[in-house]
Amino acid sequence: MIADDIRQAIVDILSDITPDDDLTELKEDVAFAEQLDLDSMDFLDIVMELRKRYRIQIPEEDYPKLASMKSTVEYLEPVMKEL
Amino acid sequence: MVAQRPDQQRIVITGVGLTAPNGDSLPEFRANLLAGRSGVVAYETRYFGSTVAGVCNYDELRHQRRKEVRRGTRAGSVGVYCAHEAIADSGIDWENVDKSTVGVYVGVTEHGNVETENEIYLIKGYDYDTKFWSHHHNPRTVANNPAGEITLNLKITGPHYTLGAACAAGNAGIIQGVQMLRLGECDLAVCGGVSESIHTFGIFASFSSQGALARHDNPQKASRPFDRDRTGIVVAEGGCLYTLERLSDARARDAKIYGEIVGYAMNSDAHDFVLPLPERQTQCIRLALDRAELNPDDIDIVSTHATGTVSGDVQECQALRDVWPESGRTLLNNTKSFIGHAMGAAGALELAGNLPAFADRVCHATINLDNPDPECEVPGLVANQPRQGDRVDYILNNSFGMLGINSVVVVGRI
Repeated sequence: MIADDIRQAIVDILSDITPDDDLTELKEDVAFAEQLDLDSMDFLDIVMELRKRYRIQIPEEDYPKLASMKSTVEYLEPVMKEL
Repeated sequence: MVAQRPDQQRIVITGVGLTAPNGDSLPEFRANLLAGRSGVVAYETRYFGSTVAGVCNYDELRHQRRKEVRRGTRAGSVGVYCAHEAIADSGIDWENVDKSTVGVYVGVTEHGNVETENEIYLIKGYDYDTKFWSHHHNPRTVANNPAGEITLNLKITGPHYTLGAACAAGNAGIIQGVQMLRLGECDLAVCGGVSESIHTFGIFASFSSQGALARHDNPQKASRPFDRDRTGIVVAEGGCLYTLERLSDARARDAKIYGEIVGYAMNSDAHDFVLPLPERQTQCIRLALDRAELNPDDIDIVSTHATGTVSGDVQECQALRDVWPESGRTLLNNTKSFIGHAMGAAGALELAGNLPAFADRVCHATINLDNPDPECEVPGLVANQPRQGDRVDYILNNSFGMLGINSVVVVGRI
């Protein structure tokens, strides 16, 4: 998967997790938590959905790297490039 | 005792919020009960397959965001809907209510089965690898979940918990509200019962294995308490929550009052896991009447518990004949014949559908009573068509459950 595919995959996951939010104006370099109605349990849903949909196991110490779209895509690019 | 209580100890119903398989508000529910309209439909459930059930159609998004619905449970959603509707119906100035003085007491027959079944079903797709087990499982399955979701949604900071009381739970929730108001633990009680049971295949399969699940080609004919051709229980979902207040508070704000909880009782059969015990049911009814300082003949309407099982209906009728041996002014009806057995919500819903009788003096019927079972013959049973009475001053509501839990609530016109 290339960066744009990963970005879309994250948007798809977020649209399920936070269905009341408008994701069309999502800012790349602003933390998800600052622009969406997300708490820690929702954040764990991102991790769980990546696991379920793409079989990606993200170590707990790497969770902070999923803070924003920009950092998430950067983190996932090498992990998902073969998918 | 009732007459001697000061107004601060007299507890009244000031609001009703409900969703039933045949109505999402008290006026709609009542209209369908009077019109003989069933809410039972054909239903498919995982593994078990085709059956019948009472299914609710309330608008989940009326009081919850989509995220809340996704995050929570069906029982929680039912509870949130009913709580909002009850509070709105009460006419209380909710914005200015001190939320720390509100108590939430919700009866449930069971809770957590739906989510547990769902999670096991989902991880089956991942070869039962528990890494795929949801982190939402625990907050969804803790026993206080339905009551807790109500407090989260409505920002209520007073006490909340559920009462696990099998199918007596709706009454148990109401009784808890009365007690907490009398103790001064809250100033407004949001109480009653909820059920999400149709979303677990296990309840259908278990009743079926027990030989106690209703079967009928016509779903609307499947729930038929007291009828010779009854085959068992129709499982239903639903909810009914009341706002209860002290009479003094209700009068101070000139609230509409549906009725006063003038008596109640709960006891235990100490007899069997599933079989009821008529003598203990009789004792429970008499204890509630004694506490209300009423005679059996003072009761105008008895809302029976009967679920449509072969033995359970006969045994309740034994208890009813013991208390009301002869035909008098007391009329009896059954709501499960319309909606099935709404489990934790049953007692609260069945009482609610009868409350408008204080005003219109009509006892709604028991439908599907085409061939009355002679063993279920009780004086005053209103069959198939509503009956107009001269006056309705007192309603007695029976709710019994597994493990021998009995509950009776008596409501008086005020």
